[in-house]
This record gives sequence, C-alpha cells and structure tokens, in this order.
Amino acid sequence: MNALLGELSFAWQWSLDGWIGLAGMLCAMSAALLGCFLLLRRMSLLGDAISHAVLPGIAAAFLISGSRSSAFMFIGAVLVGLLTVWLTEAARSFGRVDEGAATGVVFTSLFAIGLVMIETSASHVDLDPGCVLYGDIEMIPLDLISLGGWQVPRVVAILAVVFVINCSAVIVLRKEFQITTFDAGLARSQGYSPLFMHYLLASLVAITSVCSFEAVGNILVVAMFVVPPATALLLTKRLGPMIVLSLIFAIIAAWVGHISALVVPRWFGFQSTSTSAMMSVIAGLMLLLTVFFSPQHGLVVKFLRRRGMAGAILAEDILATLFRSSESGQDAMDLTSLQRKLLASGFWLRVMLKRLQWRGEIALDGSSIGLTAAGVQRAQNLVRSHRLWEKYLSSETDLVDGRLHVQAEGLEHFTSRQIREQLDQETNRPAIDPHGKKIPPESQ
Amino acid sequence: MIATLFATFQFDYNTRVVVTGTALLGLASGMVGVFLLLRKRALVGDAISHATLPGVAAVFLVATALGWNAKSLPILLLGAAISGIVAALFIVMLRAGTMLKEDAVLGIILSVFFGIGTALLRIIQQLPTGSSAGLESFIYGKTANMIAEDAYLIGGAALVVCSLTLALSKELKLLCFDTTFGQSQGWPMTLLDLVLMGAVVTVVIVGLQAVGLILMIALLVIPAAAARFWTHRLSKMLIIASLIGAVSSIAGSLASAYFPHLPSGPAIVIAAAILFLLSLFFGSIGGVLGQVVRRRSHRRETNHQHVLRGIYEILEARDRAPLQRGLLRSDEISVQALLGTRSWSLSHVRKILQQLVARDYVVAHSPELYTLTASGIRAAISATRQHRMFEFYLQHQAEISAAGLDRTADFAEHVFDDDMVAELEQIFASQLAPFEVPPSPHPIDGVGVPASFRGGAM
Repeated sequence: MNALLGELSFAWQWSLDGWIGLAGMLCAMSAALLGCFLLLRRMSLLGDAISHAVLPGIAAAFLISGSRSSAFMFIGAVLVGLLTVWLTEAARSFGRVDEGAATGVVFTSLFAIGLVMIETSASHVDLDPGCVLYGDIEMIPLDLISLGGWQVPRVVAILAVVFVINCSAVIVLRKEFQITTFDAGLARSQGYSPLFMHYLLASLVAITSVCSFEAVGNILVVAMFVVPPATALLLTKRLGPMIVLSLIFAIIAAWVGHISALVVPRWFGFQSTSTSAMMSVIAGLMLLLTVFFSPQHGLVVKFLRRRGMAGAILAEDILATLFRSSESGQDAMDLTSLQRKLLASGFWLRVMLKRLQWRGEIALDGSSIGLTAAGVQRAQNLVRSHRLWEKYLSSETDLVDGRLHVQAEGLEHFTSRQIREQLDQETNRPAIDPHGKKIPPESQ
Repeated sequence: MIATLFATFQFDYNTRVVVTGTALLGLASGMVGVFLLLRKRALVGDAISHATLPGVAAVFLVATALGWNAKSLPILLLGAAISGIVAALFIVMLRAGTMLKEDAVLGIILSVFFGIGTALLRIIQQLPTGSSAGLESFIYGKTANMIAEDAYLIGGAALVVCSLTLALSKELKLLCFDTTFGQSQGWPMTLLDLVLMGAVVTVVIVGLQAVGLILMIALLVIPAAAARFWTHRLSKMLIIASLIGAVSSIAGSLASAYFPHLPSGPAIVIAAAILFLLSLFFGSIGGVLGQVVRRRSHRRETNHQHVLRGIYEILEARDRAPLQRGLLRSDEISVQALLGTRSWSLSHVRKILQQLVARDYVVAHSPELYTLTASGIRAAISATRQHRMFEFYLQHQAEISAAGLDRTADFAEHVFDDDMVAELEQIFASQLAPFEVPPSPHPIDGVGVPASFRGGAM
C-alpha cells in the first residue's frame, strides 16, 4: 500500500491529475445518469450508435463552415445524433425492423456516409476522423479558460454544464421519465407523451456524447452509459437508489481509473496508459464483482446458497437413514454402508457428519455411526413427514407406487410441524404408510 | 461506363482479388446475420468486433516480449479469436446468469473490452521496437490493399461458416424460434448458442482485418435486416441475405475501383444500405409501399361497403329493398339522401360513387341520381346482411347496448376475414336463409325507422 502511494505521489500532480479526474468524473456522471433510463428502456447501445453516427454531421459542418470551430461541429453532431434516433425509430415503426438491427443499420450507414464525405472531399485538408471525433482526456489541463478569475480547463467547464443540464432535466421531469419508461401506455392515457420524452432523452444523450467525445474520447462515454447503471440494476430494483448507486460507481470508476492508468503500467515497467480506457475497465471490474458477489443475485452467493441447501438435505438424509436402520434393529452404520445407501460423495458426507456430530445429533463410536437422543428426535419427524406424505399422496393423487417414495423424499425436507399435523388429519391419522411401515409419532 | 467497369473487372488483378474476397465475406456474414437477427441479437457482431482488440494487443505484447515477429497474421488472428471467444462466453454468461437484457450485455462487453484494448494499445505505442501501425490497419481494415492470401483466408472461413450454418440450420432454427422447446427435447441449446457465436467470431476476425470494424458490423446486420422484407421462410431468407451481402460487396468494391477517392469499405456499407432502403420500401412483406397500398385498398373497400349499405338501407326504409334475384336495376337514389346516412362530405360521397360506377356496381342516371346494378344489388345485400349479423352477434354475445351496436360493428366488420364470415354464417345458419337480409336491430340514422323494423326480432 505504501509502495503504491509512493509511486502515485511520484506521478500525481493535483494541478493536472485533479482536472483529469474531475473531467472524467463529470463525463461519467452525466452519462450514467441518462444511462439508467436508457438501460430500463433497453436502449443501452444508443451511446455507441450515436458515437459512430455523428461522423457525417461533423464532416458536413466542416465542409459547410470550412472551419474546425467547435460550435458548428457541435450543432452538426447533435443534429445527426437526433437523426440517428429518428431513423432508427422510423425503421422500427414503418418497417417493423427489430430494435437492435434498426440501430445497427442506421449507425453503420451514417458512419460510412461520413467516411465517404471525408475521404472524397476533404482528404486534402486536415480532417482526420480520429482526431476530430475523439479528444484525449490527458490533454485537458492544457486548454484553460478564465472563469470569474479562475483558470479552469475548457472541457471541465463544458462537462459541468452538461452535467447540470442532465441533472436538472432528470430532476424536473423525474415523474415524466419514470412513467414513460415503465408504462408507456399508462403515460399516454395520462396525457404524457412517451414520444416526446423519447426524443428528449435522445437529445440529452446526443449532447452528452458529442461533448464527451470532443473532451475525453468516445470509449469512456459509451462505457458509462451502460456499465454503472447495469451494475446498479444488479443491486437494487428501485429507480431512486439505482440512480444514486450508478452515480457513485461512475465517480469511483473515474478516480480509480485515472489512478490505475498512472500506476498499473508502472508495475510492468511501462509509462502510464490511457485514462479513459482504464476508467471503463474499472467500471467493468466493478460490474464483474457485482455479478459474482452481489448479496441477492450474485453467482457466488447463489452457488453457496445452493451448496448450503444441498448440505442441509444431505444431513437430514443421513439422520433419516440412520433412523430407518435402527428400526430394522441395526443401531449403528459405518461410513461405507452409509455412503452406498446415500450415493453421496465421500467428502461432503464427512463434512456433514462432522457438522451433525458438532450439533450433538450423532455419535461416533470407532467406525460406527449412531444417533443420539437429539438425533432420534429430528430423524423421527423426518421419517414421519416422509411416510405421512406417502400416505397422503397415495390416497389423494394417482401417482404410481414407485413414484410415491421419490416425491416424499423431496417433500420431507420442507415439511413443518403444522403441515405434518394437517397431513395426519387428512389421512385420518394412519398408523402405517402405503408400504406397510410404521409411521412414528411426533417427537417433542 | 459499363465497358470501363467491365474492363476494370476483367484486367485489374487487385480489383478481382478484392471483389472476390469481399463477396465471399458478404455471403458468409449475410448467412450468419440471419440467425443473429432472428435470435434478436443483431448487434452481437458489434460487441464481438470491438472485443477482438484486447486479444490482438495482448498477443502483440506477448509475442514482442518473446522476441517473435509480432505482426505476423496468424498470431494476430489467434489473439483476435481468443478474445472474441472470451467475449462470446461472457455474453452468454451475463445473459444467463443475470437479469441484464441483451442491449446492456452487448454494451458492457463492447465498451469494457474495447477499453482494455485501448489501454494495451497505448502501452504498445511505448515499445521501443515497433509502432502499432500494423495493428491499426488490422483493426480498422485495409480493403483496398487486400492481397490474394487475404481472399483465400476469407474464402476458406466463409466456406466453413456457410457449410456449418447450413448443416446445423434446423438446429439453429430451433435455437432462434423456441429455445425452451429445444431444451425440453434434449437439444444442447447452450452448445448451439456457442456454435453460432463461434461462427460470428470466425466471420468477424477474418473480415475485420480485411474490411474494418464498422463494415463488419454492417455486413452482419444490414443484409439480414433487408432480407426480412422479402420472405417469412428461413431457407429463402438465408439465400436472400447472402445474395444481398455478396451483391453489395461486389457493387461497393467495383465502385471503389472506379472512383479513385471512394474507399471500398464505406462504399460497400452504402451499397448495402441502399439495398436495405429498397427492401424497406418495396419489400413484398412488410415493405412500406405494400403497407400503403394495402391500407388504401382496404379504405376503398370500406367506403364501398358503406355506400352500398347506405343505398340498401334507404331503399329498405322506402320498403323498396331490392331482392337478390330477378332485378337488373334498383330504384333510383339521390346523392342528397345518401349524404344523410353518415357524416361524410358531398365530394367524398361523389368520389366513392364514381369508384362504384367504375366497378360496375352503380349506374349514374344524372349527376344526382344513381341505381344499383345486378352485381351492385348482390354486393349491397351481402354488405348489409353481414353488418346486421354482426350487430346481432354483438348484441347477444358482447351485451352492447342497441345505441352502440352500429358503431361497434362498423369498426370491426371491415377487418373480417373469410373464416370469421364463415363462422358468422354458421351461427345464423338456422335463422337466416342464404341472401336474406335480417331487419336492423336499431333505428338507422338518416333514413328513419325502416318499415320492416320490428325491434330486434331475433
């Protein structure tokens, strides 16, 4: 940790890195805020589409105005961004083309037109798609403007304005965004226009994308439209917390991303790497962690829960097997015969035996395993559940005899005292099960 | 011009290589694209093409560190394939393991993988030995300088992908249309999904270095989306999409050879986009033009039925309802009388009457007076009869009040198909003789109470 800080203090200068991190953070937050609604409307790829589709707008602005002034390019890009959305919507509604395909058709075609415009008419002048479209976040601190006596990077000022616009749009129109996103039909019947909100959102996305491409490159904004909101959605089902969480993830991704762009390559003996790329990588890592370890739906958590359930069922099966064996007069079993009976893997069997022993439900005497008094109590109820279910299923359903046992074997693990009581009543308090075995009484 | 084009095609070896290579690529990607489109995964190519970048960059770094020739094509292809496959696995995992939707999953994979790749590229640029110039063209394409080996490579890959998808087309169809059913039948659906993704990866990595990233996405999406406007059948769609892919590749490459400043990659995309637009407008299924024509003819048919029924009901109110047989002409009807039956303008009624004259349903005696012909009488009887049968049906089955019957029936009856009419006929078969017009269950606007109105006798 100290080594890391040491390396960082070597590379870190607040006057440069502070601005870079701040610009990345503003861009990430602006995008993540809108990204929440894009995600819920299944339009997450809009940022990617617009980032390619704006090329002809920029080229046209350049060809018409003859200058590389940002204002013209900005207007051209936003107009084409809106055109992208309109064309996609048109292909979807008039041609009934699948949403993804419509997006793909529109943005690749527009990008190709832009390339042709540049190559055929502007190849003799300085208009390289790479440098027009995509700014470099590391260059931000070099381009300063004066704001009320403060020297602020131009890009940071622009991105701050974009963030304020997005924030106020979402806050003022929160209800409208919410209702048109979740229930367009209801929104229409209440007098809101889902179409208007669709285009409003698209305009905001276009403005955010275009400002960000020019400032920090496209990779960062495309990632931030999708990844932080998706991470937040994996953690909560409510819109408010989802927005807050995705903003937090965006902030973390920006700062940690910049730090790791400075530090990580040094571990391998290189100079720093691209900050905006590392910001999206960090966002991706957070998503991956969430996918695996999210408390509710994480894959690891799900696996552990399933494993725990399997273990608990195995333990109960051990108890029930020992009980049945004692019914036939054999009070203890050894590990091999138990394993043969239960078809369980030796490892998990030993783990669960240890656990049962620790709970005081079985006793180990040399190699033979027997039930203690506490074990008998629990096992007795399990076997009682099993046989009551068999009795109930045989009288109430037309399951064939062979299936009774299998069904009861599954159900016995999820049967409470109340259910046993009810089963007992409905089968007229039987003494034996359909196979002639004695149904043990409820233990205390 | 055609002679020049032909000459170009005939003699320029390089052009021939480019045309053949891109045509094969268009063919294969059109075919794979169909399955992606049907699986509602059209943009998977987008994600996977972006996701090849980190693999290419990583093998470049590793190969340089080991002292190999890092720019050799097989090594870079291997890197692209590995990260393409990893991305495909991630896509499948995120879709199955989380509740994230397709678009979000693709966006995540695309941006994060491309981010890793960009970070690695920036490091490669610091290497003392080499610039990343070779890598740039690997990622962004160099169609114009395609060499014969590239064409062979694409040809081989296209052959493999086409034969694989054709051989598995039945299974892939199942994957696209009913995954759950396929699973219940014991088909390894996840494996098939991976096979499809493998085909995408193959097409993408051979295509990427030949024609560039955006073009690769376009070739996977546009031909399939265009083919959708021509057929509902998978087999035909496969053929049409491959054709569109191949034709637009050939057209784009030739145009690029003919106009020196036109780069071939974008030219191919624009050719495909034009074919898409043509399909969108003129496609036989769901094409915009077809929809407009259908809507127009449906509106005409509706208007005709309204006028015919109006004439019948006026005549009926005068107790002069024409009979199915034995009449060559009905009584005369004035345009003014028709005007009262619905809220329509005089010019509108006249226009419809002109159309009916052209159909030989109506004869004009003067600009104001019309009579039905024999075929007009039959059509009017059938329109009125159908309308009233439906009104009775609604009255008894949907419990709609008499006041609302006319409107409701009017909305729905024009979209009846033959099966529904047959079902109505079946329901009323015991009560109505063929061609008998039942009395209206409600008073009719503009003609007063018909003499035969008995207040819903049925």
